[in-house]
Order: sequence, then structure tokens, then C-alpha cells
Amino acid sequence: MSFAPASLPWLARHELRLAWRDWIAMATGGQHRRSIFLLLAVLALAAGLHWLTDALLRPWATAGLYPDRPTLLLVTGSGVLFFTAMLSQALESVTRAYYARSDLELILSSPASARRLFAVRTTATALLTLALACLLASPVINVLAWHDGPHWLAAYAVLAALSAVSTAVAVLIAIGLFNLVGPQRTRLLAQIVAGIVGAGFVIGVQAIAILAYGDYSRFAILQSDELLTAAPSAGHLLWLPARAAMGDLTALSLMLPLAFAILAIVIVITSRSFARHAVAAGGISRAPAARQRSRSFRSGDPRQALRRKEWRLLRRDPWLLSQTLTQLLYLVPPALLLWVNFGSAAGVGIIVVPVLVMASGQLAGGLAWLAISGEDAHDLVATAPVPPRLVLRAKIEAVVAVIAVVLAPLLVLLSLASPLSALVVALGAALAAGSATAIQLWFRMPMRRAMFRRRQVASRLATLSEAFVSIMWAGTAALLAAGSWMAIMAVVPAILAFAMLGFAWLLSPKGRPT
Amino acid sequence: MPAPALAISGLAKSFTRPVVRDFELNVRQGEFYALLGPNGAGKTTILRLVAGLLQPDAGSIAIFGTDTATDPLAAKRVTAWVSDEPMVYDRLTPLEYLEFVAGLWHIDAATAEARSRELLEWLGLTPHADERCGGFSKGMLQKVALAGALVHEPRLIILDEPLTGLDAGSARQVKDVLRQRVADGATVIMTTHILEVAERMAERIGVLNHGRLVAEGTLEELRTRIGRGNTTLEEIFLDLVADETAAA
Repeated sequence: MSFAPASLPWLARHELRLAWRDWIAMATGGQHRRSIFLLLAVLALAAGLHWLTDALLRPWATAGLYPDRPTLLLVTGSGVLFFTAMLSQALESVTRAYYARSDLELILSSPASARRLFAVRTTATALLTLALACLLASPVINVLAWHDGPHWLAAYAVLAALSAVSTAVAVLIAIGLFNLVGPQRTRLLAQIVAGIVGAGFVIGVQAIAILAYGDYSRFAILQSDELLTAAPSAGHLLWLPARAAMGDLTALSLMLPLAFAILAIVIVITSRSFARHAVAAGGISRAPAARQRSRSFRSGDPRQALRRKEWRLLRRDPWLLSQTLTQLLYLVPPALLLWVNFGSAAGVGIIVVPVLVMASGQLAGGLAWLAISGEDAHDLVATAPVPPRLVLRAKIEAVVAVIAVVLAPLLVLLSLASPLSALVVALGAALAAGSATAIQLWFRMPMRRAMFRRRQVASRLATLSEAFVSIMWAGTAALLAAGSWMAIMAVVPAILAFAMLGFAWLLSPKGRPT
Repeated sequence: MPAPALAISGLAKSFTRPVVRDFELNVRQGEFYALLGPNGAGKTTILRLVAGLLQPDAGSIAIFGTDTATDPLAAKRVTAWVSDEPMVYDRLTPLEYLEFVAGLWHIDAATAEARSRELLEWLGLTPHADERCGGFSKGMLQKVALAGALVHEPRLIILDEPLTGLDAGSARQVKDVLRQRVADGATVIMTTHILEVAERMAERIGVLNHGRLVAEGTLEELRTRIGRGNTTLEEIFLDLVADETAAA
């Protein structure tokens, strides 16, 4: 099928082709056999997630679900959770549309309409957001549809509506930031807003649950008597999305056109300024560079030079810093729990210990990627008269030092509540961080730091094994901290962690030059 | 007789196809050597093999008599590599970058700082010494990378297309710095597509095609070889490459 050049469908086909080829290249790495392996892995993961969700939801779903206030409140709360995650994803994608320079300059310098390009890329963002939301929500929706009835499948349509609205809001936030702080700071601020929005609802609800009820579960507040009493009646307009998700076709027929209309109106209004903002964003790399205070050279051996360089680059790259430190937002609830239960060991073993160990593993994974693979002057370091082992050691030391600085205050606080738990966290964090760093070492693939966003897709196997090993070490630490007979059970996740490490090592492309 | 600055023997490297085949090269100490060749001839691969960034499939490389396979660190200590893509950190200033490079080569702080300021002055970068490199032009980045290569005073300087993308003023500064280094006793090996630069600066020129050295010598020797006196290097190069391609 042929379309008129530079028309809306022509641009859409072009974008679709690029996205498809990108995806295929990332998924298969140019090897057909890998696509089969990947498909099998995805199917196995989906089956596992469905099984887990079924175990959690079956008792609740088989009892029968009715659109009463408690259920509507729970569905709405879960919907807000998804919406914030979708908004975070959409904001990240929309900002990228302005700052990606790959083909933007070519298209903007052509007679093709920038407004059409913006419309196509914004729609692509909405579709991508929808795809990710469906991926996350499908186990819950499918299990509910299986046990309670197919009317729950309407939740997919609600996700489509939410993706349209979240994309529209993301565009408005991006444009607002451009007008408010200018192109120089918009990308960083959008990144921070995306991180806070994405994690904010979960953390906020958990923080309220901890402060009000001393309970870590975010669902505690959604099921609380106070909130139920304050919630409006079941017929209120506020419950429209929840009703639509539960299969109310009247609510759905109102919600879907409204959401798509919002996105269309926002695209029409904001597309006029797209070329202007994109050109302004493109101009920032040509802006005069920031000046630093000049100071005398510090003497040092290669290890010191490498460590200092890593810390300096991390400190000076607010975008990378915000990406990495967003993970630390998840440390806020356990820190709050420690503060609320100051001096007592209540809840420490079950909640705080695994969260701290998990966070250490994840943080180490991100930092290790930056230090080991994200080396902008790879050739320079490789041609220096420094043994590769020493280079790696210096980089690992730089990573470990950052984690130690982040973890130290929490460990001090924890040791006041439970010295044993503090010791277990220190051990677990060291194992999780060490494992994540080792995986990044085995899968290292030199890439510019600007490619940080592609870290997660550079090697899915590395990402998955890193997450799995962190979870296993978190489980080991939680069981150890629980003490008595449960401590013996800690052997099981520890063995699984080692097994996964061995599996990752076997599958990794070892022996790349440093 | 002193060991050659660079001695390559029987070098071979293949990727999906052979890129370097049975390559031989000897570069004397204190010599300015230009390696020319059409796109894909294997120039960059050879330089990356010498710099230790690739492992050869066969053959040996010795830098000032040190075999790069048996003692790579000793070879690296006296060598500098400048890629055609400047290897500079966006968020470091030129001074901070040079401090980092000096650290990698074990240069003490006082010496490194004095050399760095001198190099930046020489390359016209002093006004930008405390600005982050992120906003620099290609030419400025190339000069920062060159300063990084020279800060540890290497005896062998390997440059891959060091003048590509530079304006006339920057190119002149880079050429002056390289000439001065050769006058001070360093050896320079560089690839370039700008044949006038090779013609004016290099003492000897090697022409590479399909991974093999097809001709080598001074400009006069190359003229004699093709049997045409008073001709330009461009004509010599095109003749040699065309002959080789026709023979292949």
C-alpha cells in the first residue's frame, strides 16, 4: 500500500518500520535462534506471573466481586497506581521525542510537516505506554476474567483510555516545563518528575500506611475504615473508570471517547510548538559549556584517577544521577518504618532487611553498568599502561563506595533497632551488590553513557538475572534476620542465587577486551 | 643500531573476511610515517592492533623492541593512540581530562599540570581550560584528545585521521605540535585521507590496499617506482591503488 509522501499514514508507516526493526534487532541481536529462545522465555515468564497472580487473587475473585464501595475503592486505587506508572513512562517517551536528534534534524529541515510528525510520535508514545501497561496488568485482568467472568476484559479498554490521558498529560507537562524552565533544564526536570510520579503514588500510600497504621502494605490504606467512610457513594462519577474496568459498558462508552478526545485536542494544540521546542532542545548542545573552578592537579595512581573520574562524572551528570537515584526513592518507606519504630525491632526482618538488600543490588547494577560498560573513553583506558584487572578493580571500588555511602546511615539506624539485622543487611547488600556487579562484568558491552536508557535492553538476560539474584539475596537476608528455624531455610534462596549466577556466567559472552 | 620504533611482521587479522594479510612494516625512531589507503584498506585495524585494542590472528608487533604480546604494559607506557573519534568525557574540563590521563600513565601531579597547561596553551585551548568539553566543537575535542595523548610524552604517537573535520587554523596547530614532537625525537605514525598533509609532513609513506602494503618509501622513491617524476602524491596514490586493484 502506498501513501502520499510526508502524509500522516506515510510518516506512521516510517515510524512503525523503524520501531519494528529496532525491536527485532534488540530482541534477537541479529540471531534468529535467539528470537525463539526469547519467545519461550517470555511465555514461561507470563505463565509464571499468571500462576502467581492466580494464587494471590483466586480466594478473592471466586468469592464474587460486586461494584460496591470497597471493591470500587480497591480497583480505583490500583488504577491510579497503573496511571502513575503510565504517566511516568509517557513523560519519558514524550521528552525523548523532543531531544532525540537521530533523524529529527533531517525531518525538520525537510518540507514535511513537523505537526504531523509530532502527532505520529505522540500516538506512538500512547501505544507504547498501552503495550507496557497491558504487559504489567495482563496477569491480574486475565485471572479476574477467568474466575469472575469475561466482563473484566473491559479493563484492557480502560488501559487504552488511561494511556491516551497519561500521554496527553505528559505532553502538557513537557510543554509546561519548556515554557517554565527552558530547554536546558526540561529534560532533567522531566526525568525527575517521571521518577517521582512513577514511584510517588506507591511510596506515598505506603508512607501513609506506615505512619497511620504501622503497616507496610499499600493496600492497608485502601481497605481502611477511614477511607471507606470518606469515599463517595457507589453511584458517584469518581468510580466511572473502576466501573468501566469491571465491565460496565455505559461507563466504558463514556470514558473511551472522552480519553481519545483529550489526547487529540492536546496533540492539535501543542503540535504547533513542536518544531520550535525541538529546535530549541537541539540547540542546547551548542550552548557555551559550564565553567568549573580551576584547582591544582592531585597526584594519584591509576586506581585513584579512575575512581575520581567515576565519581566526578556521576556527580556532574544530573540526568544519569536522577535515573540511578530514582531507585533510591524505594528506600524511603523502609527508612520511614525504621524511624517510626525507632529502637524497636518490629517489622525489621520481614520488611526492612529485604528491601535494603534488594535496593543495594539494583543500585549496584545501575552504577556498575555506568562504570564498566558506559565508558566514554574506552580506547583511552584500554591503551593506558594499566593492567585490565586494576582498571576493573578501581571501577568496582568506585561503585562499592557509592553504595556504602548510601547504605551507611540506614545501617547505623538499623543497628540501633536490631544489631543482628544490621549485620545481615550488610552481608546481604555486599552479596547482592557483588552479584549485580559480577553480572555486569560478564555481560559488559562498551557503550556511551548517553545510551544508559538502553542498559535494560542491551542484555535482557543480564537484567533478568540481576533482578532474580537480588531478589534471592533479599529473601536469604529476610529469612536469616527472622532467625530460629527460618534461618535454616535461607539456604534455599542462597543456593538459587548462586545457581542463577552460574547460569548467567555460562550464558555470558565472557572474555571481551577491556 | 637502535631498535625500530615499530616493527610489524607477518600480521594478519580477519573479521568476517581477511582485513589485514601478511603485513610487514618497520618505522625508524624519530620518523614521521604516513599510512595511506582507500576506505576499507585496513589502516584503522592495523593501528588498533598496534595500540593493543585488537588481538592479531597471526604475526608480531614490537614497539621499541618490546613485543606487545609478551609485555603489553611496557609497550603501552611509551605509546599514545589518538582515534578519529575523540575519546573525551563531556563532563570533564580539558584540565581535568589531562589530570585523569596523567594519572593513568603514572605522571606526578606537578609535572602533569605544567605539561597540561603548556599543551593547552600550544593548542590554543587555554581560554577553555576550565569549561566542560560537552559544548566543544569537533576540532576542540580533537585537540583535547591530542593533548591527552601528548601529556605523558610518548615516544610513539599513533594517530588515525587526526586532521579530519578540523578547520585550517586547528589543523595548522595540530601539525605544528606533531612536527615539534618529531623534532624532539618522538616517532609519529598517522593515517590520513588528506594527501597534501602526508606529502608535506611525512618522511616516508606507506600505501595500503586490501590489507597489504603495496608500496613504501619517500615521495621521490614512490615517484621513481611509478616512473613519473614531479608528480603529486595524489596521482601516485591513485596509480598504485588502481594497479593493485587491477592485479587483484
